[in-house]
Amino acid sequence: MSFPRLIPCLDVTGGRVVKGISFQQLRDVGDPVELASAYSDGGADELVFLDISATLEGRENMVDVVARVAEVINIPFTVGGGVRSVEDAARIIDSGADRVSLNSAAIDRPVLIDKIAARYGSQAVVVAIDAGDGVVHTHGGQRPTNLGVVDWAVMAANSGAGEILLTSIRQDGQRTGYDLELTANVRNAIAIPVIASGGAGNAEHVAQALRVTDAALVASIVHDDPSKFRELRHAIKEAGVVLRPYEEVPSR
Amino acid sequence: MSTVVVCDYGAGNTRSVRATLRRLGFETVLSSSPNDLYRAERVVLPGVGSARTAMEHLRSTGADDALRQRFEDGRFTLGICLGLQLALESTEEDGGVETLGLLSGQVYRLTEGRVPRLGWTTVDPWGVAFYFAHGFAATSPFTTATADGVAAVIESGPFFGVQFHPEKSGPVGERWLASCLSLA
Repeated sequence: MSFPRLIPCLDVTGGRVVKGISFQQLRDVGDPVELASAYSDGGADELVFLDISATLEGRENMVDVVARVAEVINIPFTVGGGVRSVEDAARIIDSGADRVSLNSAAIDRPVLIDKIAARYGSQAVVVAIDAGDGVVHTHGGQRPTNLGVVDWAVMAANSGAGEILLTSIRQDGQRTGYDLELTANVRNAIAIPVIASGGAGNAEHVAQALRVTDAALVASIVHDDPSKFRELRHAIKEAGVVLRPYEEVPSR
Repeated sequence: MSTVVVCDYGAGNTRSVRATLRRLGFETVLSSSPNDLYRAERVVLPGVGSARTAMEHLRSTGADDALRQRFEDGRFTLGICLGLQLALESTEEDGGVETLGLLSGQVYRLTEGRVPRLGWTTVDPWGVAFYFAHGFAATSPFTTATADGVAAVIESGPFFGVQFHPEKSGPVGERWLASCLSLA
């Protein structure tokens, strides 16, 4: 039997995991390697690291973070943010990441999806879609395009994407639940898996998402506190969603 | 310290598999040299990339013959994901590619369910969940375990192949990898 995936997302800048209400107010919440291994020990099925730094220097730092994480964790992880070329993707994957996530670069140049997939396989390419009012947004969800969300998901899948990471801009950070309708609509239009993102406020919300799709991203709900992640995992199972059997590693 | 030679075919994430092997106490060498690949007590043929590129690389270095020779001479090789698929006769990937042919079997494009298949699936009859990430799967008379009806383990003589990624399957995967390589 196959199990839905529960995926903590960590925002990284300057080699540290941060959390913020807005990009202007970032709080340092810890070392990426320590947090990654704690989530891994707590039963995370995968991890996503989002490089939120916008500078070249920031991207250099990210490659170093990827290499350090790959040394210690033994679950798959995806890295997104700032991947704009095959070379960017290669540097991330060759440093030890399993997959890269593309956002606006894939919209500007859909052939990028195919090029990375040809080299590393489709399973290595995630296309992240920030969705609002039915259209794809860029620039951290600030700028609407005229590209329909479902249309773009279909195009990305046809271009060789191995998964869609679908974030509802409206729900993101609201803690009132995922946009289940949007998630189901996108998933029904394509044959590749879909990760739901944006809006988780409690375990029931995550359970709802996992009933309609393949995986759910959790960010603010776990407060970058791995001990809360264990509780969340238990509560999702209590809500009736079967997660993979996992023997717990004691908290360090 | 025991040494494991990780076969380098120019693509893929060899870093993760090497990091896991090091944590388990093995010394690892990344090599595409036929000599290294033939002589090694244990070889891991890892698994990310495309079949055509991988085979072209293996042929260009002569690693393909070394892998065949070590199989004939009873030397242990572990194939992971694409590494398992390369050990069979042919694959539908990249418009059709002839592969190493150590074991009889073919590789076909997955069409049922969500493809690529990403995530944790129970391997039967072991009853343990491992991490899978693949769009193609193998069919072979040497299949000894499956996951949701897809070949998960294919083994014959000194070759042991797994479709899942033990190096990405948490503590269970690490323990499995340790015992698999220590038995070799």
